[in-house]
Amino acid sequence: MSAARTPDDTRTVLDGAEITRALTRVAHEIVERAKGADDLVLLGIPTRGVFLARRIAERIRAIEDRDVPVGSLDITMYRDDLRRAPARALLPTEIPPGGIDDKVVVLVDDVLYSGRTIRAALDALNDIGRPRAVQLAVLVDRGHRELPIRADYVGKNIPTSKSEKVHVLVTEHDGADAVAISGHANEEDQ
Amino acid sequence: MKRHLLSAADLDRDDALLVLDTAAELAQITDRAVKKLPTLRGRTVVNLFFEDSTRTRISFEAAAKRLSADVINFSAKGSSVSKGESLKDTALTLEAMGADAVVIRHSSSGAPHRLAHSGWIQGSVVNAGDGTHEHPTQSLLDAFTMRRHLAGGKGDLEGRRVTIVGDVLHSRVARSNVLLLATLGAEVTLVAPPTLLPVGVETWPCATSYDLDAHLKHTDAVMMLRVQRERMNAAFFPSEREYSRRYGLDARRMAQLPDHAIVMHPGPMNRGMEIAAEVADAPRSVIVEQVANGVSVRMAVLYLLLGGANLGDGTEA
Repeated sequence: MSAARTPDDTRTVLDGAEITRALTRVAHEIVERAKGADDLVLLGIPTRGVFLARRIAERIRAIEDRDVPVGSLDITMYRDDLRRAPARALLPTEIPPGGIDDKVVVLVDDVLYSGRTIRAALDALNDIGRPRAVQLAVLVDRGHRELPIRADYVGKNIPTSKSEKVHVLVTEHDGADAVAISGHANEEDQ
Repeated sequence: MKRHLLSAADLDRDDALLVLDTAAELAQITDRAVKKLPTLRGRTVVNLFFEDSTRTRISFEAAAKRLSADVINFSAKGSSVSKGESLKDTALTLEAMGADAVVIRHSSSGAPHRLAHSGWIQGSVVNAGDGTHEHPTQSLLDAFTMRRHLAGGKGDLEGRRVTIVGDVLHSRVARSNVLLLATLGAEVTLVAPPTLLPVGVETWPCATSYDLDAHLKHTDAVMMLRVQRERMNAAFFPSEREYSRRYGLDARRMAQLPDHAIVMHPGPMNRGMEIAAEVADAPRSVIVEQVANGVSVRMAVLYLLLGGANLGDGTEA
């Protein structure tokens, strides 16, 4: 799929319909793995992970006819690169009223890359409660992991070069649904 | 944000809202099982208190500890200061110990400014009250409390009417509050006897009045100031009874406030003097909540000053 790339072009790799299908499949996989368990909690990682988590919860409601608690988990205070930039503004953390103790928590994020965000999210969860299990759902897995972390549910695997950027747009925040790649593909990175 | 927090005037509207929004997120961890964040691990915060304080020092200590910073408490009593050590030598000692931030309270106005700008220390300086000058974190926690009750916990305080009553002359809380509340768009009125209004108050971004009863009906938040007898070495009013009659908040005056209005006091209170006991304990009194909010606001300040890259120079981030 790298054949048509030219330096600094922006290519759309997933359009709105493909994102919808990917999220529907992820929702089915979560339900299947949960085996009807009623202790699921979806926690989106701000900003876009929260919108994706809400959409997955809607799909699960359509499939199973039951509500899954949805919340958000800001990982800013747990980042390992805080001292490399000026202090960042915090994003909302909203834990559903039932809490996360003894629940199956599914973390939802837009892109899985180095794994450092998820490492931070696991630390943050640890301070909030003790889930029965933690799983990870991402819309895009672009590779280049720097920590021993993997996703349980992946919308789409997109091989990338480290010099490329992956842009995820969601209608609720960006006005449209799309996943695009920009930047120059460096062959030896892939 | 600038590198130091010395005056409420150091904060523009965006900075002030960033502190308040950060504090609102951090307030949540008070409800959690683990009331601690790892963000300032390995950083050292020194509480340098040359003047007695209970709530401010404890509040800064709790804030720093909840962010996992190491805290060194230094009070002038029982230290080398009582042997005559200068502020400079104390500062050089703290610098040698590797303080990343110094929270200073001093009876001399301007001491935090001196500490921040003399080149004695590299870290951030936070003013925790200097003389009769400023107390910026108190004004932030007051604004945070007002925003929660009067503005739905979001945005600024545009058009909210705040009446600050009492010993404005000796009050660093009043000065910081006037500056910050003006930045946030509130309309502030200072009410005090003429002897307790400072020279030059007409240049402050607020109105002044000598008549408390005339303002209560149009007030969203009334803040009573402590009569600071320890700083008074002259007769500023004829008698405590007369002061209390004219400028104290009792039940009769509280009844004139609109239903949504809140009663505030920075503490410590002189019950029966500037505020009646029944008012201090009334449901619309938010005095205890102010203390709780103080920890969240000071966490936000310490995080925003220390949580990011160390900029090294005195410029803005």
